[in-house]
Amino acid sequence: MDNLESIQKHIRNYIMVFGALAILTVITVGASYLQVGVVSAIVIAVIIATIKGSLVASIFMHLLSEKKFVYILLGVTALLFLVLMFVTLFTVNDQVGIHVS
Amino acid sequence: MTEINRESIWTKYIFSQDHKVIGLQYAFTALFFLLFGFALMMIMRWQLAYPGKPIPANGFIWVIALLGVVITLIGLFRSKKNVITLSGIIFLFMAWIIIYLTSGEGRMPEGIMIPDFYNSLGAMHGTIMIFLGVVPLLVGGLGNYVLPLQIGAPDMAFPKINMVSYWSYFLGGITMLVSFFVPGGAANSGWTSYPPLSDLATTGQTVWLFGMVLLITSSLLGSINFITTVIQLRTKGLTWMRLPFFVWAQFVTAFLLLLAFPPLEAAGVLQLMDRLVGTSFFLPSGLYVGTGPLPVSGGGSPLLWQHLFWFLAHPEVYVLILPAMGIVAEIIANNTRKPLWGYRSMVFATIFLGFMSFIVWAHHMFMTGMGTTMTAFFQTTTMIISIPSVIILSAFFISLWGGSIRFNTPMLFALGFLPMFGIGGLTGLPLGLASSDIHLHDTYYVIGHFHYVVAPGTIFALFAGIYYWFPKVTGKMMDELLGKIHFWGSMIFINGIFLPMFIQGLAGISRRLYDGGESYLHAQDVLFWNEVMSYSAWGLGLMQTVFIINFALSLRNGKDAGSNPWKATTLEWSAASSPPIAHGNFDNVPEVYRPAYEYSVPEASTDFIPQNQKEVK
Amino acid sequence: MQIPYTVEPRPDTGLHNAKIGIWLFLASEVMLFGGLFSAYVLLRTGSIVWPEGSSILSVPIGTFNTMALIASSVTMVLSWAALKMNDLSKFKMYMFFTYFLGLVFLIVKVVFEYLPKFEHHLYPSESTFLAIYFTLTGLHALHVLVGVIVNIYFWGPGSKMWETEPERFTNRVEVAGLYWHFVDLVWIFLFPVLYLL
Repeated sequence: MDNLESIQKHIRNYIMVFGALAILTVITVGASYLQVGVVSAIVIAVIIATIKGSLVASIFMHLLSEKKFVYILLGVTALLFLVLMFVTLFTVNDQVGIHVS
Repeated sequence: MTEINRESIWTKYIFSQDHKVIGLQYAFTALFFLLFGFALMMIMRWQLAYPGKPIPANGFIWVIALLGVVITLIGLFRSKKNVITLSGIIFLFMAWIIIYLTSGEGRMPEGIMIPDFYNSLGAMHGTIMIFLGVVPLLVGGLGNYVLPLQIGAPDMAFPKINMVSYWSYFLGGITMLVSFFVPGGAANSGWTSYPPLSDLATTGQTVWLFGMVLLITSSLLGSINFITTVIQLRTKGLTWMRLPFFVWAQFVTAFLLLLAFPPLEAAGVLQLMDRLVGTSFFLPSGLYVGTGPLPVSGGGSPLLWQHLFWFLAHPEVYVLILPAMGIVAEIIANNTRKPLWGYRSMVFATIFLGFMSFIVWAHHMFMTGMGTTMTAFFQTTTMIISIPSVIILSAFFISLWGGSIRFNTPMLFALGFLPMFGIGGLTGLPLGLASSDIHLHDTYYVIGHFHYVVAPGTIFALFAGIYYWFPKVTGKMMDELLGKIHFWGSMIFINGIFLPMFIQGLAGISRRLYDGGESYLHAQDVLFWNEVMSYSAWGLGLMQTVFIINFALSLRNGKDAGSNPWKATTLEWSAASSPPIAHGNFDNVPEVYRPAYEYSVPEASTDFIPQNQKEVK
Repeated sequence: MQIPYTVEPRPDTGLHNAKIGIWLFLASEVMLFGGLFSAYVLLRTGSIVWPEGSSILSVPIGTFNTMALIASSVTMVLSWAALKMNDLSKFKMYMFFTYFLGLVFLIVKVVFEYLPKFEHHLYPSESTFLAIYFTLTGLHALHVLVGVIVNIYFWGPGSKMWETEPERFTNRVEVAGLYWHFVDLVWIFLFPVLYLL
């Protein structure tokens, strides 16, 4: 990625990603005005945010062409993130005598 | 460290960026905190053995103060070593702080301990021993000093960050000390700081949280440095499977620190918000305190804290034990004069252990009303995680088989580690099974279990490491006779402390009783053990003075060690002893040609071949 | 003796030291925000009622701030690309926009969001929603502030390094950029979670 031409190609990509992020922001705000249930609203918002996040990570942070170590590290971190999030959630919701009113 | 350059004493010794100086700074600070945390426990043990009686602390304080005066004088007039003078002054400081703690209205009026102060001592003993003593000594001290030498690196990858890491730790330590002086005393909600109790506790808890934030920052910076150093600065030829086991242990430990501490930092931020801004993250609705409902918005979850806390604190157990295993591995290979048995399986077991340690945390929470599904899950993962520990321990035992063992002091401590850690590990199994945990939870059995892992386990390994690398750091040997007295004395007394805890725990004595169980009928049969344990604790304290004397004397007039007194193979022994303080470490950058433990190779003329020796001679 | 691989990548990993360092740091940041996000999820699922974000927070202001951060993220990566093309003045221009937009974010956050909330007595102690809102956005704003300071440094005094060690300076800007994109990424998740759901 050191020659001038490929950098210029990258710059075009960056501008396009910016456009995509702006459009997705408008979409996610618009979607929030739709009268859908809480669950589908959460699913829609999280999907859009994930798409935006992956764009930033893969293009701006160059994760599309990164070295092996970074992938391993981020893989482990992502796994532990999910563990922290969901195993905790499952455990708290698996309580003896829990009351949901 | 022999000659002191007056012009640059600040940059050379205080705000140093050299991994060896930083390692020593870490080690000395951590040793001070170890001794201090131990002193807190010795004060507690008086209350447990003789509840409600005034403490005759004078004798104990005089021992410390006298030691301080003697060491200061040696430092000033006989050896002219600033390190010794400084240690002496630190001892005097410690004597003063203990005089302060064992007197005063809010703590021990007329020598009689009040309950809140007992709670403070318990909480601070745990915090100081783990976060300010053992981990900084293992990772910050020995890791910082030895690891770059073992991989043939000129220094750590980020020397400035290394310096900031130490000073952040130092400030965290000072913060914890200061908390003893704030109104209401130091934190008194246990080292686990469970809310709602901790949310409502006195100011000391806030100071504790700030101290923890500093300590977490320190270990975050340290772990980034360790991982980067191991990945980037391994010297030519030092492939992953040629790394000394100590480096592997530190490497996996650094990952645990990196990824497990942040959730506790998050929890710490939330608790600070609860305490300072009045939020209710950990305060449930309808909480009554004293006579009326607590005026908060409610809706919080005390269990949330427990989850975030144990997400750190279980991996923290492996942070305490893995580097200790690393030290023991080095010393066993060296003193059996044999390659470690099953090096590869040990490495993979370590990696697996590190990973598994993230998914067992709720076995500390079986008693919080967890349902059967998740209980079964955590019970299973807990049983699985014992497998890699057993692999490593078995590899150590098999490594001893058929070796011509040298029973020097480091080896004695390393051998002592094996059964002690074994007891600690095996007594953990009943706690990892939910049905037996119901009976044993929060009793002295738990205290006995984790102290066997950390005290005669990890701390014995720490002493082994200090005796083993002392010649590399100072160029002098430590005295063998005093070392052996230290070992056998410590071995006897430390078991005198912790073995009776299993008996008391099985009898159902709760771990947090202020009077040690005196007022409970069911405790009467096992009450006499309290005195046995207390005398053992004070005896153990006395044995440590042997170590301190040995340390100071050997520094002054120990035998010259040369660069490789143990005839060891790893790279740190090919650097000069007491390597010069500058990025560099080695005269020529070493190149590695073989695995880490080439002892007793049949065709070689010596019984060891250093890693950087090309041909077998 | 110098520490190896501060500028040039180590052959077998293909990375220089600071690149590994920043990714490790970001990994720990993922776990930090992960802890807070899981706190959010736990408290929300455990609550009986949970207000809709848009009934308390202003979606237009939040959208504006989202756009500001996204734009500053793209100017950040353009400033790095400018250095790759040996154009220091272009770098300075893009870097200026980057921290300027960061400052805009902070000012809007404090003046148009935090202060009016306080005026209406909507303090963190008021409800669990406000508590988690202030904690999450406050911690994020702190990250933005750090990023702005770092970027101002590289725009101003730090850029002197370009004269002596251009490659090292480019690496530094890349590393600062990774941090800045991460801060943007956190906001991309914070915005819908707090404002829209």
